[in-house]
Amino acid sequence: MIEFTFWDILRNLLLATRWTIVLSLIAFVGGATVGLLLTFMRLSSNRWLQRLTSLYVDLFQGTPLLMQLFLIFFGAAAMGHPISAWLAASIALTLFTSAFLCDIWRGCLEAVAKGQWHAARVLGMNYFQTMRHVILPQALRLSIPPTVGFSVQVIKGTALASIIGFVELTKAGTMLNNATFEPFTIFALVALLYFALCYPLSCYARYLEKKLYDAGLR
Amino acid sequence: MGPTLDFLTLLPYVSELLKGLTTTVILTVVTTLTGLALAVAVAYLRVNAQPWVRWGLGGYVEVTRNTPFIVQLFFIFFGLPGLGIKIDAITAAFIAMTLNLAAYSAEILRAGISATAKGQLEAGRALGMTTLQSYRHIVLVPAFARVYPALISQSIIVMLGSAVVSQISVFDLTYAANFIQSRNFRSFEVYLLITLVYLLLAFGMRRSFMLVGKRVFAYQQGEQR
Repeated sequence: MIEFTFWDILRNLLLATRWTIVLSLIAFVGGATVGLLLTFMRLSSNRWLQRLTSLYVDLFQGTPLLMQLFLIFFGAAAMGHPISAWLAASIALTLFTSAFLCDIWRGCLEAVAKGQWHAARVLGMNYFQTMRHVILPQALRLSIPPTVGFSVQVIKGTALASIIGFVELTKAGTMLNNATFEPFTIFALVALLYFALCYPLSCYARYLEKKLYDAGLR
Repeated sequence: MGPTLDFLTLLPYVSELLKGLTTTVILTVVTTLTGLALAVAVAYLRVNAQPWVRWGLGGYVEVTRNTPFIVQLFFIFFGLPGLGIKIDAITAAFIAMTLNLAAYSAEILRAGISATAKGQLEAGRALGMTTLQSYRHIVLVPAFARVYPALISQSIIVMLGSAVVSQISVFDLTYAANFIQSRNFRSFEVYLLITLVYLLLAFGMRRSFMLVGKRVFAYQQGEQR
């Protein structure tokens, strides 16, 4: 049997942290892209498009992320196209992230005072000009703190990919635990590594929030 | 196996599904109550206690909010026995869910509490209320009313997150699903059904919370947005 020293454990966990980071980035970038699309669908004047987007958001916010993962992972296999844990986790986390970001961003766009729409229209701006020059710049400022804050949820969400067998930080922890029987040390280290990833983002989000507040925008 | 759905294969497993549903509902109801109660205590102590207590509680809140629930669960279930504290799976699930909900809710409540004007508390004291009375009626209840929607959402997030307790072999809804699909190999149907049940649970939870809120915070309707 191979003996694991503390440094072996830490080294293995750090190596696995890479995949947590990569998966988080995929989910965040993918989720932001899909989320942006959804936000504009939600804002369109087509009522069906609006309803469809709300339904999408409600479905993803009202069901466990674990079930979304299972449905995609096992669903693809049941349809005769088995996919890897990598792909399933990327898709599930992207969709999950997009629903939450769509909700956050819609809130930010709606937080820009209605009177500004009217004012821009009176000035002769069309819809796109109003969006581009009046609404979006303000909404963008409002949206940054909650978006950074949500990235913490994305990182934590990637831990569930371990359940379908994707070897990231949490899975590496359970595997090392099975080999070394030192659960206390290992899960404390795993928690510490997640904390090291998430806490700076949480602090940054809080700092940005405070800056907006001090600027009188909130 | 072609892309056909067959929900009839789930029929022989109704009792497992009900068992899982019962566990998830009980876990959720109990931990929502214990979690929110603990949150009130934490929120109060984070403002009023000795500096070292505040510091410690701040650490607990930040660690809980910045690590995944599944890791917290594994730490409690697998890690604590290493220190000689042995607990069974369902107790570990209770503890993890309570601590998780309490950390987030304490932070939400703190925002509501800090919105209370100082003068109001002094006015309460001047009216002859005891410290506890004035804290309860002037600070706590209005703060609860103010942040109630956020607390509803957080409790629902914890309920949905409880799907993970199946990983330490608690027989909840997700465990029932895993159990059934290992028997009938109809994973997609099982998970689709279970997902729908979670969706209904989330919906039901929101409705019941709102009904309770309407009664409890009735006299504060004017103050709310």
